[in-house]
Amino acid sequence: MTKRKLILEDGTTFMGEAFGSNQSTQGELISNTGMTGYQEMMTNPSYFGKIAVMTYPTIGAYGVNRDDFESIMPTLNGMIVKEACQEPSNFRSEETIAAYMEKYNIPGISGVDTRKLTRHLRKKGSMRAFIADEADEVTDTSFVSSKTAEEWIQKASIVKPYIVPGRGKRIVLIDLGMSQSILHELTEKGCHITVVPYDYSNEDVQAYKPDGILLSNGPGNPDKAVKTIRAVQTLLGKYPIFGIGLGHQIMALAYGAKTKKLHIGNYGVSFPVKEIQTDRTWITTQSRSYYVDENSLKGTGLEITHRSLNDYTIEGLSHVRDNAFSVQFHPQGAPGTNETNGLFDQFIQNMESNAAQNGGQTHA
Amino acid sequence: MPKNEQLQKILVIGSGPIIIGQAAEFDYSGTQACHALKEEGYTVVLANSNPATIMTDDTVADKVYMEPLTVEFLSKIIRKERPDAVLPTLGGQTGLNLAVELDNAGILEELNVSLLGSSLEAIQKAEDREKFRTLMQEINEPVPPSEIVTNEEAAVEFVAEIGYPVIVRPAFTLGGTGGGMCDNEADLQHIVKNGLALSPVHQCLIEKSIAGFKELEYEVVRDKKDQAIVVCNMENVDPVGVHTGDAIVVAPSITLSDREYHLLRSVSLKIIRALEIEGGCNVQLAIDPHSFEYYIIEVNPRVSRSSALASKATGYPIAKIAAKIAVGLTLDEIKNPITQTTYACFEPALDYTVVKIPRFPFDKFTTGDRHLGTQMKATGEIMAIGRNFEEALLKGIRSMEIGDGDYHLPNLPEADQLDLINRMKHPDDERVFVIAELFRRGMTMEEVHAGTKIDYYFLRRMHHIIEMENELRKQPFDKEILLKVKKYGFSDKQIARVWEAKEDDIYRFRTEKGIKPVYKMVDTCAGTFESTANYFYSTYETENESEVTGKEKVLVLGSGPIRIGQGIEFDYATVHSVLAIKEMGYEAIIMNNNPETVSTDFTISDKLYFEPLALEDVMHVVELEKPAGVIVQFGGQTAINLAAGLQERGVNILGTGLEAIDRAEDRNKFEQLLEELNLIRPKGQTVGDNNEVLAVANEIGFPVLVRPSYVIGGSQMEIVYDEEELTNYLQKVPTINPDKPLLIDEYITGIEVDLDAISDGETTFVPGIMEHIERAGVHSGDSIAVYPPQRLSENVKAKCLDATDKIAKALNVVGLINIQFIIHGEKVYVIEVNPRSSRTIPFLSKITGVTMANLATKCILGETLSGKGYQTEILNEKENVYVKLPVFSFEKLRSVDTTLGPEMKSTGEAIGYDRTLEKALYKGLTASGLSIPFEGSVLFTVADKDKAETYHLAKRFDELGFQLYATKGTAEYFAEKGLPITAVGKIGSGDQNVLSLINQGKVQFVINTLTSGKQPRSDGFRIRREAVEHGIISLTNLDTVEAILNVIDSTTLRAQPMMDKGAIQS
Ligand SMILES: Nc1ncnc2c1ncn2[C@@H]1O[C@H](COP(=O)(O)OP(=O)(O)O)[C@@H](O)[C@H]1O
Ligand SMILES: Nc1ncnc2c1ncn2[C@@H]1O[C@H](COP(=O)(O)OP(=O)(O)O)[C@@H](O)[C@H]1O
Ligand SMILES: [Mg+2]
Ligand SMILES: [Mg+2]
Repeated sequence: MTKRKLILEDGTTFMGEAFGSNQSTQGELISNTGMTGYQEMMTNPSYFGKIAVMTYPTIGAYGVNRDDFESIMPTLNGMIVKEACQEPSNFRSEETIAAYMEKYNIPGISGVDTRKLTRHLRKKGSMRAFIADEADEVTDTSFVSSKTAEEWIQKASIVKPYIVPGRGKRIVLIDLGMSQSILHELTEKGCHITVVPYDYSNEDVQAYKPDGILLSNGPGNPDKAVKTIRAVQTLLGKYPIFGIGLGHQIMALAYGAKTKKLHIGNYGVSFPVKEIQTDRTWITTQSRSYYVDENSLKGTGLEITHRSLNDYTIEGLSHVRDNAFSVQFHPQGAPGTNETNGLFDQFIQNMESNAAQNGGQTHA
Repeated sequence: MPKNEQLQKILVIGSGPIIIGQAAEFDYSGTQACHALKEEGYTVVLANSNPATIMTDDTVADKVYMEPLTVEFLSKIIRKERPDAVLPTLGGQTGLNLAVELDNAGILEELNVSLLGSSLEAIQKAEDREKFRTLMQEINEPVPPSEIVTNEEAAVEFVAEIGYPVIVRPAFTLGGTGGGMCDNEADLQHIVKNGLALSPVHQCLIEKSIAGFKELEYEVVRDKKDQAIVVCNMENVDPVGVHTGDAIVVAPSITLSDREYHLLRSVSLKIIRALEIEGGCNVQLAIDPHSFEYYIIEVNPRVSRSSALASKATGYPIAKIAAKIAVGLTLDEIKNPITQTTYACFEPALDYTVVKIPRFPFDKFTTGDRHLGTQMKATGEIMAIGRNFEEALLKGIRSMEIGDGDYHLPNLPEADQLDLINRMKHPDDERVFVIAELFRRGMTMEEVHAGTKIDYYFLRRMHHIIEMENELRKQPFDKEILLKVKKYGFSDKQIARVWEAKEDDIYRFRTEKGIKPVYKMVDTCAGTFESTANYFYSTYETENESEVTGKEKVLVLGSGPIRIGQGIEFDYATVHSVLAIKEMGYEAIIMNNNPETVSTDFTISDKLYFEPLALEDVMHVVELEKPAGVIVQFGGQTAINLAAGLQERGVNILGTGLEAIDRAEDRNKFEQLLEELNLIRPKGQTVGDNNEVLAVANEIGFPVLVRPSYVIGGSQMEIVYDEEELTNYLQKVPTINPDKPLLIDEYITGIEVDLDAISDGETTFVPGIMEHIERAGVHSGDSIAVYPPQRLSENVKAKCLDATDKIAKALNVVGLINIQFIIHGEKVYVIEVNPRSSRTIPFLSKITGVTMANLATKCILGETLSGKGYQTEILNEKENVYVKLPVFSFEKLRSVDTTLGPEMKSTGEAIGYDRTLEKALYKGLTASGLSIPFEGSVLFTVADKDKAETYHLAKRFDELGFQLYATKGTAEYFAEKGLPITAVGKIGSGDQNVLSLINQGKVQFVINTLTSGKQPRSDGFRIRREAVEHGIISLTNLDTVEAILNVIDSTTLRAQPMMDKGAIQS
């Protein structure tokens, strides 16, 4: 077995064995605590540029199947595991995780004390790292740099719009790196969805005469996504808006709020979020390194609707005047629970009430 | 939401005596609940008839009633205490059933007592099979096609529709009692009849079999704000068809994809929401391995064995949280007790794999039916944590104390291939070993999968272990391969077998090479939050998280899985030892592997190592922690057995030394000891040659007590009355030889006495003596113990004290000592000395108020008894009479003979106490689950030698108005003496025979004593089994009969003619 090493920004290295591709790679190191859902995670565009440390020790036990992708191509840069299962068992399994990663050039390292690594990140805060061959003499990690946010989003988004037809509400979904399951949730409710690239112009969006606009999840540092923020700004107040994940941050930024980076990101499927109005807590899936700073809300018209039960950071916002709301977590789940998918219904209701109030068009 | 301020006093119902399917886990959950409620400022009243539990300590609840768990007694408690609410959901099935019965009795309404946790409606919807099915239909969730029947004909008819195989499940029974799988009509008839008899509502569910599906459990918690979470899910390695309690289980599930996981998660949450449970709930599901088709198997609207397991597996204390929810707190305001910084409203993330393996009683019940099915048979379980499945499995296997801890049973290599294949297909308790053996023999994964339906994932992991064995074999004493197999959980023993070396050699080689484990924390959050819980497991990786403090430390070894002969009593003592160590200012460290117990609650000790209790694992902890010493005397035989190895490796054993254990356990040394001390024991001899057995027995004089020397725990011990019986016996035991001799003892008929004492080497203090109702010959764990003794003279008691003092001094006992005596006249025979904690410690501690394990621990750590005001004496006897009764699980164990003898068979105990012996017995019998009939019929069928004695008992039954039946010989004997008696035919004869009488429920008691030689399939055996299976009181000891008669007598007003005949003639 080929030995490989993971070198962290702070110089710490971890040795292990290669699996997947033999390439070298770099990225932002995050710990993912999900015990299932690696396939969804690897293909979730929010994970663009990331190297994931899987805290659950056996990854790949149920293989990789053709149904559970969150985007067509994998998005992850690399994966660090304790053990990569070579003999998966599940009726849908078609290949091993190693074979899949090899096919798409994603390197992985197994045999790592992933708990030690996770604890290291918890103490030192999130950092970048790269995966190299054992023999590679790399001591200087300063060159490990991440792309700019805009670049990530561009990578994660699409080039041309496409339509997922339906007979219900007409939604323009701005794809900042959308997980497929968002589409599933909306199509299940009969929506007519036009998925557009992140930099689609304001006029083009309006030309679709949408009932509402959904800002999807996606990767990267939101406040650097200047183009997208500006585009969204022009839509504010004109259409009902629903932001998810990065979309939530973009919406907040568009209204003038600020975002900040977390000490370590939230990547996993068990993040409790309190819905303030109902005083109920939900279990949510998250993949984020940033949060909207509460102190920056003043004057934006944004109100907090959800908070993290763990650290009280903002998890949801809505606008006092405009028909716009957003959540930091992923109500579509996948991986994880979609128990908060009522938010999609809320979005549809918002569109309906908007139509009733403003005489907006409805489309049969 | 703040807690409910309307409530002040809460009655918590415990689960009563331990039986298969309802064991120590409810002590853990109950104890947690009581603590949690007290923490919130409530007054807690506890009712539990099981004295062996921690929860019945007076420090756990504000008031403890160790009264029978029946409506009668609970109503009394409720009337007296006037609680505002009752919390039944932490007391297992017993608690739930009582809640329903109390409600039916109207007392809750009358006294305005509310029910916390689950509503009655929820309980009924979950427990009543029909209501449950209706509910599932309402919420659109699938259950296997089924029908409720109340008679056998209906069952047959229904199966004609859906086809075999089917599962029969009686309503409102626990652990699958009375249920089973059938694929033909005869079995169906039999099982349904049986099930109907055992079901309190006389209902059985006939259900389409879904055997072979994956079986999963979800532990869910919900609060009154309708917030609900899954604490943990678990996947059974053995697919549907083997009861979850008997299956090897992993947590979290491994072979489910995220989709399947969440499909079943949302179903589970939907169900708990539909039932509106406030607290914990267990949902069992089955999913087709080849599609998304799934079924709900059942729902337990309460905490359960699985929730205890889930709590230990994740660190998330379900019972504690459930108790807080029951009083109105909500998940988003209860702190996560592990991290102390986050809240209970989240789903734990595990960064390890947990394996649970059940522990079965078949080392004791060698003739019992070992097949596993839908009825639970395990008495206990172990849990192991590792960073891969293999590691957890192998750590688990060495925790089971089956064989020598290796993944290999020595008798299997000799077994016939066909036999093994058969055992693979029809699972029994050793299947995991059988699979290993078949892999060693080269069987393919496909074949094993076809035979077992076990998922390929698990089979491949097992196969991987065997592959590694082969790899290992090729590279003896190679460091790399050694490290590799260690990472996969191999024990030094297993490696030693493969390398044909000694365990010690491996240990030495490994130490030289610096191959040792590190400890990782169980923290609910996979390392992503700072945690404070000192809860660790070992693994071979790079970072050790267990920080060693500068404090002086003491390591206590627990007692491992619960089994017959080593029950929860030892956990009780372990916990008290830990508490005493903490009191004295040391750091108390505990090692144990039993997920059901209080001792493995991480809040009990300063540090918990959830580890196998095997030499190497203990050594690793010792090497890291460097404790002042190790205490082995509270952990039963499990811990005692480790003492020699530990001492050899230089570990300091605290308290009573190894030599004492050896002198008490080695028969020759023991004899010598007694001789030196001028104490007597029954005459006995060790015989190493079959040909000498008869002569020796004759010389000692029949009856004699015989047992093979090498068998542990009194199994295969028998009393034989004559040469013929002895010859029969010899045919049943393996051939004897000088290495494996037979022990023959004079059988002494006398009063058996159990005594527990504490000694510091100088002073020997005896809190109390217990006398047994049954004469010697019935194992002390199976007889009714009475405190204070009723039939012993002061002289005899003094002799017992004297003997104890002498023995304790001679053995240098520091700590606890248990001695069993037989009293014959004024003679005091010593039959057994255990220089360690015993089964009677909790019982005696509770009734005398002397917390013996605590005191003993203080002696062990250097305090003196005299310094604490104790002297060599027996504590003054209490005024009340206290009895301890054995409780059996015979309903669950087919083919196990119910006759009481020198082999222990009970799984639990109950207490009864009151002013008089009869009242105490009445309560104790009730608490043990017998409802004593005060009228009805008695069936006698006794051995010749017992007829005279039985006659007197029969006469008393007659006087009390019972009708008498007897088999021919017995009937004739009684009739001759003028007793009105109906003779009935033997099994198989006429229309009215012994069996039909039992089957038709025409008798309330069956009194049967052992005929010759204990042939398992004898008529007597069938009679006893039938009685058990029909819930009829079956008594096999005449002393027990007499005790029950006394109870009936003392509470019955009998109709008696006046003596003076002339005066009443009219
Ligand atoms: N329809 C069925 N077909 C096959 N096996 C079943 C079926 N239903 C239950 N079982 C098996 O029987 C066991 C016990 O059934 P369960 O309903 O859980 O009763 P208990 O109350 O004893 O736990 C289950 O763990 C499962 O393995
Ligand atoms: N010599 C004897 N005479 C009569 N009964 C005996 C004799 N020796 C043992 N017994 C009975 O057998 C039971 C079990 O024997 P014991 O030596 O205590 O074994 P264990 O180690 O299983 O406790 C005792 O409780 C007692 O009832
Ligand atoms: Mg069950
Ligand atoms: Mg004994």
